[in-house]
Amino acid sequence: MAAGVRRRGKVGYLLMVPATLWLLVFFVVPFYSLVATSLFDPSGSDFRGYDMTYHWQNYADVLQAYWRPFLRSIWYAALATLICLVLGYVLAYAIAFKAGRWKNLLLVLVIAPFFTSFLVRTLSWQLILSDHGWVVRSLQFVHLLGPEDRLLATPAAIVAGLAYNFLPFMVLPLFASIDKIDPRLVEASSDLYANPFVGFFKVTWPLSLPGVVSGTLLTFIPAAGDYINAEFLGSTNQRVIGNVIQGQFVDANNAPVAASLSVLLMLIIVAMVLVYVRRAGTEELL
Amino acid sequence: MSLLAENGPQNGPDNAAGTDAGGAASADGLRLAGLTKRYPNGFTAVQGLDLEVPRGSFIALLGPSGCGKTTTLRMVAGLERPTAGTITLAGSDITHAKPHQRPVNTVFQNYALFPHLDIFENVAFGLRRRKVKDVEAQVRDMLDLVELDTQARKRPAQLSGGQQQRVALARALINQPEVLLLDEPLGALDLKLRRSMQLEIKRIQMEVGLTFMHVTHDQEEAMTMADTVAVMNAGVIEQMGAPSELYENPRSTFVANFLGQSNLIEGTVLSRAADVVTVDMHGVQVSVPTARVHTDGDRGWVGIRPEKVLIGGEGEALDAPGNTIPGGVVTDVSFVGVSTLYQVRMPWGQELAVFSQNTGRTRMFRTGERVELSWRPEYAFLLDIHQSAAAGVEQGDDD
Amino acid sequence: MPAARWVREHLVLLLGLAVLAYTFVPIAVVVLMSFNDPAARNVYSFDGFTLHNWADICEDPSMCKALGLSFRIGLLSTLVATTLGTLAAFALVRHDFIGRSSANLLIFLPMAAPEIVMGSSLLTLFVASGASGHLGFWTIFIAHVMFCLSFVVVTVRSRLAGMDDTLEQAAADLYATPSQTFWRVTFPLVFPGILGAALLSFSLSFDDFIVTNLNSGNSTTFPMYVWGAYRVGVPMQVNVIGTIMFVVSIAIVVIGELNSRRRSRALA
Repeated sequence: MAAGVRRRGKVGYLLMVPATLWLLVFFVVPFYSLVATSLFDPSGSDFRGYDMTYHWQNYADVLQAYWRPFLRSIWYAALATLICLVLGYVLAYAIAFKAGRWKNLLLVLVIAPFFTSFLVRTLSWQLILSDHGWVVRSLQFVHLLGPEDRLLATPAAIVAGLAYNFLPFMVLPLFASIDKIDPRLVEASSDLYANPFVGFFKVTWPLSLPGVVSGTLLTFIPAAGDYINAEFLGSTNQRVIGNVIQGQFVDANNAPVAASLSVLLMLIIVAMVLVYVRRAGTEELL
Repeated sequence: MSLLAENGPQNGPDNAAGTDAGGAASADGLRLAGLTKRYPNGFTAVQGLDLEVPRGSFIALLGPSGCGKTTTLRMVAGLERPTAGTITLAGSDITHAKPHQRPVNTVFQNYALFPHLDIFENVAFGLRRRKVKDVEAQVRDMLDLVELDTQARKRPAQLSGGQQQRVALARALINQPEVLLLDEPLGALDLKLRRSMQLEIKRIQMEVGLTFMHVTHDQEEAMTMADTVAVMNAGVIEQMGAPSELYENPRSTFVANFLGQSNLIEGTVLSRAADVVTVDMHGVQVSVPTARVHTDGDRGWVGIRPEKVLIGGEGEALDAPGNTIPGGVVTDVSFVGVSTLYQVRMPWGQELAVFSQNTGRTRMFRTGERVELSWRPEYAFLLDIHQSAAAGVEQGDDD
Repeated sequence: MPAARWVREHLVLLLGLAVLAYTFVPIAVVVLMSFNDPAARNVYSFDGFTLHNWADICEDPSMCKALGLSFRIGLLSTLVATTLGTLAAFALVRHDFIGRSSANLLIFLPMAAPEIVMGSSLLTLFVASGASGHLGFWTIFIAHVMFCLSFVVVTVRSRLAGMDDTLEQAAADLYATPSQTFWRVTFPLVFPGILGAALLSFSLSFDDFIVTNLNSGNSTTFPMYVWGAYRVGVPMQVNVIGTIMFVVSIAIVVIGELNSRRRSRALA
């Protein structure tokens, strides 16, 4: 039908210009300035200014100095994304197929906890997992944890915190995908495959792949840059890259180092996303 | 010239086109002249359409999807700009008028009721835009007419499909448009409701006396409701006239197949007399009245409706002087209750359909039985051999 | 055994509800702690019940000052981001222009970029343009509008794209001029989407830490206050704020839901 034809003319440009300008000036141009900063001579400072010396050595230096936080960030984010995928899939599937008329209410409940400040709810996890908290004491009581073992200040706590905080970013796209699946297809598959597990992996899972791809991306990307969870739930042994960048910028006043770390993080994420999207066979992100 | 042609098979051809008018009707009704819509991708949806709709008549544009009927309607509504041609309404040229400037209202296929307004405000919408006085009373009257007076303060989503349909009708009718356009308005309703709404819309049209232009792909709907049916195919009007005239005397294979069902048998013209044309049909001579011959060629399709065909045992005397074809074999029998549908293979290999009313006067035939077919010459028609015998088949009843 | 059978048949739903319950655990702790009467500065347990935290929210004036700043930035950046984003959404759905697909990409990218990268590149821009001495309210505002914009566009765009465009044709058919069509039909129908986008935008702005922390200079927003206070012991009033945020947002959602239900239920 020709009804949805878009209008041509200058109105479209006029409507688009303000937002485009804002994003160009405050999102695109800063990337340029970030890359430029990453090539400055690191011997300068914020006060004295920096010289542009195309100092590519910055990248080699920061990789050598900070490859561990890089690896940690990626690794924690990947684990958290996996946990989110499992938990989020169960939740999204339950809401889409099993919730009936409670669907909308449950969707609201999925988002509700995340209206509370990110930092406050992460602090709350700190309290729950603390050495004197009842979780640790109960686990010690049943000997799942030794008397000296702890939950807080471990990688596990950071991953758990990330998985918790970014869960809605997984659930919502998953739900959008799963909800579109005709339940009769699932019934037909249980009719054809008999085994519900085979039916799930042959029908439901492939059909929900777009949601899986966008959900994992929306979880992984912010998780890789996050350092709040590492700060509140980890220890100094678990410094992540976000932490380092923030510290180099604000505390150490070492903009070229911080900028090259940022550029590297972006490049790593872009590379991983491209490989992942290619392998998942879908170019459609949202 | 009026399109409200008298029924009957004999007076069709010169009455069907309706393009030669130019007198009183054009000053009063809707007139489309050379209307063409070509899309930027090169697709021509409507091709030089001429149509004259007298005031107060009910015309149906009937055709398969993609035939250009909806595009025609949308051009009249102003929702689509014609590539060429003119639209004249009540004497003034509205070809390039904006939708809100035309005295035309539309009942949309999906009703397009405003979900954020209640029924009353939906119906009042057009009056309020035109700053008409006395909105309250007019809306009440209109809701009475469509029997929704108790639903005035409900939202569209709270009404059933049939009720929403009536709101859409009321919302358009209340503006007393010069032409009311109905775009497949019953498509979303179930069969039973559709039948009763057909009668309801027909009743309302007679009551308010406005010009209705109705687009549909449902031949039964078109024939039930409209005074005049225009059958469209590939952007042009194939034939136009009263429903019975179209059915009894189709002028093209498309109309013959799209409206109901037809047997089309290839034949060679033997002679043309003043009132009758004789055709050789695979060795059998049949005659067709001249008024029902729509080809000048040496050959043509002899057409006959299945229910006009009589079936009998070999050598049995049938009440059909003139055209009798022996040598048929029954290949399929479907009992439909009021009638029986036979498929009969003829000596030249073609299968013909025969509807036999179950009056009890004739016996039923079984598969494999040898039979003779016959029909009265005045029911047959002769069509252009260059048209496809399959045109319009299987397009009529898709939903 | 019928009970075991019931559990098996509802296993997925029960697992889903368990996940959902788990997401509420920290919230429960926050609410509980808002009534805590702590025995020491670093709190790891519920020591006693008190209403003091609720009665004296601004016991630490710097917390309320930070809250006020967060509110002001949140409101202003929501206003600007919602306006610009809504205009852009209309352009993208309703208008055709050169560079439309590039514009779509430009809208998408900020949602896919990690906050730390956005924040640090913006900081390098501010430093390079000599604004490093003026970091504060306006730089935070600029940053917040930047990352809220995309979410506004996406929210409004989906509402607009999901709108039946025959409704606008019907309005035009019923004698509404283009501007009447917009204000009487289009805008009221898109408005819930705009409102949703504004709420999302405000909560993104109010809650942001990573980008803000890089571009705030000496200003302190509420999340930054929490960050700064946590080493020395967070005052229990932070939990009061957390509880209020939770309750208020739930209330907004519930009122919105009830409103739309009441409107769709018969008045007559």
